[in-house]
Amino acid sequence: MADHDDETLAGSAVEKAEPQKISAGTAVIPADPFENPGEPQHHIRMTDKDPAEEKRAARQVSTLFFASIVFSCLAVAAYIAFPIKDGDTGSIRLNNLFLGLGIALGLLAIGIGAVHWSKAIMPAREITEQRHLTRGSDATRAKAVEVFELGNKESGFGRRSLIRNSLFGALFAFILPGVVIFRDLGPKVDPNVVLRHTLWKKGMHLTLDPSGTRIKAADVTLGSAFHVIPESLLDSEDLLEEKAKAAVLLMRLKPEDLHEPEGREDWQYNGIVAYSKICTHVGCPVALYEQQTHHLLCPCHQSTFDVTENCKVIFGPASRPLPQLPITVDDQGYLVAQSDFHEPVGPSFWERDRA
Amino acid sequence: MSATTESPVETHEVGYAEQGNMPLRPAKGSKLMGAAANYIDERTSVSGLVKEVGRKIFPDHWSFMLGEVALYSFVVILLSGTFLTFFFQPSMAEVTYNGSYVPLKGIDMSAAMQSALNISFEIRGGLLFRQIHHWAALLFIAAIGLHMLRIFFTGAFRKPREINWFIGFVLFILALAEGFTGYSLPDDLLSGNGLRIIDGMVKGIPVLGVWISYLLFGGEFPGTAIVSRLYSLHIMLLPALLIAMLGAHLLLLVINKHTQFSGPGKTNNNVVGVPVMPVFAAKAGGFFFIVFGVIVLIASLFTINPIWNYGPYDPSPVSAGTQPDWYIGFADGALRLAPPHWEVVWGGYTVSFNILVPIVVLMGLLATVAFYPFIEGWVTGDKREHHILDRPRNAPTRTAIGAALMTLYAALWAAASSDLMATHFKLSIDQVIHVMQFLTVVGPFIAFWITKRVCLGLQRKDREIALHGHESGRIVRLPGGEFIEVHTPLTEYERWTLVSYNEYEPLMVRPNERGVITPVERVRAAVSGFFFEDRISPVTKAEIEASHHDSHGAIDAGDSHH
Ligand code: HEM
Ligand code: FES
Repeated sequence: MADHDDETLAGSAVEKAEPQKISAGTAVIPADPFENPGEPQHHIRMTDKDPAEEKRAARQVSTLFFASIVFSCLAVAAYIAFPIKDGDTGSIRLNNLFLGLGIALGLLAIGIGAVHWSKAIMPAREITEQRHLTRGSDATRAKAVEVFELGNKESGFGRRSLIRNSLFGALFAFILPGVVIFRDLGPKVDPNVVLRHTLWKKGMHLTLDPSGTRIKAADVTLGSAFHVIPESLLDSEDLLEEKAKAAVLLMRLKPEDLHEPEGREDWQYNGIVAYSKICTHVGCPVALYEQQTHHLLCPCHQSTFDVTENCKVIFGPASRPLPQLPITVDDQGYLVAQSDFHEPVGPSFWERDRA
Repeated sequence: MSATTESPVETHEVGYAEQGNMPLRPAKGSKLMGAAANYIDERTSVSGLVKEVGRKIFPDHWSFMLGEVALYSFVVILLSGTFLTFFFQPSMAEVTYNGSYVPLKGIDMSAAMQSALNISFEIRGGLLFRQIHHWAALLFIAAIGLHMLRIFFTGAFRKPREINWFIGFVLFILALAEGFTGYSLPDDLLSGNGLRIIDGMVKGIPVLGVWISYLLFGGEFPGTAIVSRLYSLHIMLLPALLIAMLGAHLLLLVINKHTQFSGPGKTNNNVVGVPVMPVFAAKAGGFFFIVFGVIVLIASLFTINPIWNYGPYDPSPVSAGTQPDWYIGFADGALRLAPPHWEVVWGGYTVSFNILVPIVVLMGLLATVAFYPFIEGWVTGDKREHHILDRPRNAPTRTAIGAALMTLYAALWAAASSDLMATHFKLSIDQVIHVMQFLTVVGPFIAFWITKRVCLGLQRKDREIALHGHESGRIVRLPGGEFIEVHTPLTEYERWTLVSYNEYEPLMVRPNERGVITPVERVRAAVSGFFFEDRISPVTKAEIEASHHDSHGAIDAGDSHH
């Protein structure tokens, strides 16, 4: 941004070419280029020709500015005139609307006024400014190099390699505590352990989300689906964290529709099955149950799980079946868990399949 | 100030002399203004800055305002966000809502959610400011996106502006980060769900993923730390970085001066336009108020992010048909497009390609955008400065690459609404996803091909017009019985706009000084061929003269010579 005293009216200083000794690469340089015809005729506005027009424009601008004052005052008036009444959403809407309109119109009037001023009244003539190569001049660059060299010489930065390298080492080491200190962003326990366990355990009652009432197996009619939480959840310290792992969907199908893999035949009770509600993709609640097809659909990225096939993925980005919670009934006929899940629930992670 | 650096001894004398001789006195205006200006300048030497910047020239074109819109909406964001900080509580401590919004009374939620509700329902203008903040954020990111497209398609990123392009890219990423952290603050159902997805994605990162998520959330998801942590980023670190980067961005803009479109009187060595003082300042200042006013108008008329309808975050409820803010859509869409069963277990470790592949595709897209100027500069080998903008048609391959990237982005973005499209058009979700998968993979190639053809076609047409003038639509019959259309000749000015553009030819591989052809040079030649094999050269003077000879003045045969 050297000197800017070379401001001229457009068109009068067009062809002052800087010597281009810089490589043009594969650009084709025309042997006989066209000449730039220079700035075309300047367009004259009404306000330039006619003083009356100019006066009118000036009046319009100041009218807009005055209007802005009025609107801003109206905004203040709206603030007072439209109080928020407890429990009345309509009053909030009115406050929002009129306060907003006042402010908006106040701002717009300033804006339109200023733009009109610049377009109609200020000089419209375009001006030409010369460019210069962005690089500093050779003399400046030589000076800069000199400064660096002097700095290098006086400090011995290049020469005294022991000082320099030990400084680099120190600067690197100085970062380390700044990294290590972030360890305690999370608790001491290993997440790989915590993620394997949920609140479910042998004998834990299945209860309705969010009321926490126990569920009688007899009340689970064919085709119905329930959102379920473990009974101890509502007393849990870490309610949301536990819920994010323990939420379960309970459905009843005809026992002959279920194709349970070997060894899991008794994880269901009379066609009642319980599956983790936490999507194995990235963890949204899989909460849409299609009764006819027995499909579970995740609303986030549409992974679809087939309940009759042990919740294997039939569509969408998820890879794994939803983990099944083995259930049975207690002696009063209430549904209980047989154990915790047999694998981690929710999104996959690196050490998920380690024992 | 000038004398002090040379010889400190003389400072006093020179200083006194200056004081007597040259008080800064504006030509017009009150005495008070003059005195004030003098006071400031004697303490800051600000007159130098005014002289330097005050008459800087800004060329005018509607597309140059996109960056301004981004800048002004950022100012609106800062103002409205600061107001929100006076009331917002970034805490996940559990409270029972007892405010004036009846449907949520008695419900447990975090203090953050409660305070966001209180801003909306207890404070006059609070809802307005929340909506201003959110609408301004959406406009901010939209304006940045359009601004980037303008820079890309006109080649404004070429030397000496490559670094500023990269800074702009960083600004774009910071804006996305601001948007996402802000969206997560109120701790409503949607923001919690968004965080859940982030948690799941992070866990999918090999080796470190679980640990990153654990440290980020301060334990298991959702934990009680994330909102206050994101708050520190949202109102302190990210805005500070944004402002610093914005400063650098604008400083480089001033140093490099603005580009301009090709046109009569405009050369690579000048800038034609209006000066900062007063015309540009008035226009831009007025435009700031217009942008501000439009945002407030939208905020007073249209609800955005009605968190009271969503309720507090709970990991279990259904949330069908919910959408992230639009700018996150492309990432969400990328996740949706992975086919089933892309997860593998290798040596006991789980690798989630259903998450990694979308992440890699997104990173690839972003990296291409970030480094494009350096790639193109390497291909052309052109080390000259470029201050005249390209018309998009005159850089067909670049324009086609831009169209391809836009198509990829658009396909990913549309995929994020796959469920809405399925319900709206009564299709199965499978069909919609398969179409989107197809568009994501093949769409960019189709877009590339079509765009390149269109550009070349337009260039051909420009050539025709430069050589033979405009078709006037008037048909005359020649004495010989033949019908021709009369062409009106171009003015010199019109022709200049059509013929003044850069042309590149494909690179020929040549051995270097040591007589070898390096593999890098071969790659470069191949890419250069891809870029410039198909090209339409600008009309030359000789061609114009030739065309004037065999056509009789203004009248010209409709079918012509190539
Ligand atoms: C210094 C700058 C900023 C400050 C001080 C600030 C402050 C805040 C605060 C306190 C909130 C929570 C209040 C609420 O949800 O109603 C918030 C929310 C939000 N912020 Fe910002 N913010 C800033 C910049 C940004 C930027 C640059 C963006 C986007 C590009 C952004 C986007 C959002 C969004 C989307 C929300 C959610 C708003 C809502 O719930 O309706 N903010 N911001
Ligand atoms: S989280 Fe369920 S499909 Fe993505």
